[in-house]
Amino acid sequence: MKVLLRNPRREVEMPGPVRVSRLLETLGINPETVLVIRNNTLVTHDERLEEPDTIEIRPVISGG
Amino acid sequence: MKCRRCKAPALIDVRRHNAAFCADCFVHHCQEQVRRAIHAFDMIQPGDRVLMAVSGGKDSLGAWELLVDLGYETDGLYLGLGIGSYSDASGRYARDFAGPRGLKLIEIDIPDEFGFDIETAAATVRRPPCGACGLSKRHLFNQAALDGGYDVVATGHNLDDEAAVLFGNVLRWDAQYLGRQYPVLPATPGFVRKVKPLVRLSEREMAAYCVIRGIDYIVEECPMAEGNRHLAYKEALNTLEQTSPGAKANFLFSFLERGHERFAGDAEAERVELVPCAVCGSPTTGEVCAFCRMGERARQRGDRGDRGGG
Repeated sequence: MKVLLRNPRREVEMPGPVRVSRLLETLGINPETVLVIRNNTLVTHDERLEEPDTIEIRPVISGG
Repeated sequence: MKCRRCKAPALIDVRRHNAAFCADCFVHHCQEQVRRAIHAFDMIQPGDRVLMAVSGGKDSLGAWELLVDLGYETDGLYLGLGIGSYSDASGRYARDFAGPRGLKLIEIDIPDEFGFDIETAAATVRRPPCGACGLSKRHLFNQAALDGGYDVVATGHNLDDEAAVLFGNVLRWDAQYLGRQYPVLPATPGFVRKVKPLVRLSEREMAAYCVIRGIDYIVEECPMAEGNRHLAYKEALNTLEQTSPGAKANFLFSFLERGHERFAGDAEAERVELVPCAVCGSPTTGEVCAFCRMGERARQRGDRGDRGGG
């Protein structure tokens, strides 16, 4: 699966199928700090992701 | 997961409420949180004209839509900070939000109207850029609200922002700041009321609200904010939140309910007599207010061709 990460913007390839919570754990990302978006729709942490999903992990923390 | 309210498939889980929501019920949840915050803290009275400070980010654009949908007469104010392509992009997001919705967006461009940018100003006064930015925003939001006859300035500070500020204030046991930290700052002579209607919503909820509502916002972080203390406090609090859902809300709201009042006297003791700024007329403690002083020095630095960075 293609996974888009931000700040800095980059794309990584991850094996699927995998649950959202597991994917975040693998990438070392605190689930409180991101949204996970599959094909432009939000998904919850128990959702299963698989090929050919395109996943965006969008950070939500701003420093202002 | 199923939506807590209607049992349809959920799109977003909110662990501190031990709940998940579908799109429609999540929008309802956000509206209810804002309604409760406004009511609990007497933020906005019927008939008040609200000026929403918008940055092009998720919080301010989402808050603007929530206020309008809840029936408040709300115009937007965007400040161009002169932070290169970041400011260009954030201004576009604010305009692209307001235009199609028929909302009024007031724009003030600091380099055009005051002759300096935030990076130069920060270097001039030897403060972090976020300090110079905050000083400019507080001054110009208030001035624009007074000029436009608005009763209230609303900002997009959310639960995470307020918890992080509280965390910093507690680390320093800064009694005066603790006494001032509240979701409403009442109007005083020369200052309009300031309110934070997102105080019951987290950053993650606001980002989800914007995605669900199709609000396009600037996702990239402000290049000036990198490494600031506020972000470090948020990271620490989110580490706690991961193992103890609700920790941030509990920290903030327990303070507001039981701690804030204990420091109110410290904030009051700090009050000094204010006089009009000799340059702009805003209330200030000295002859010239901090914004005008900073602007003057930044313009001199700019004239010398010596920009930010040292």
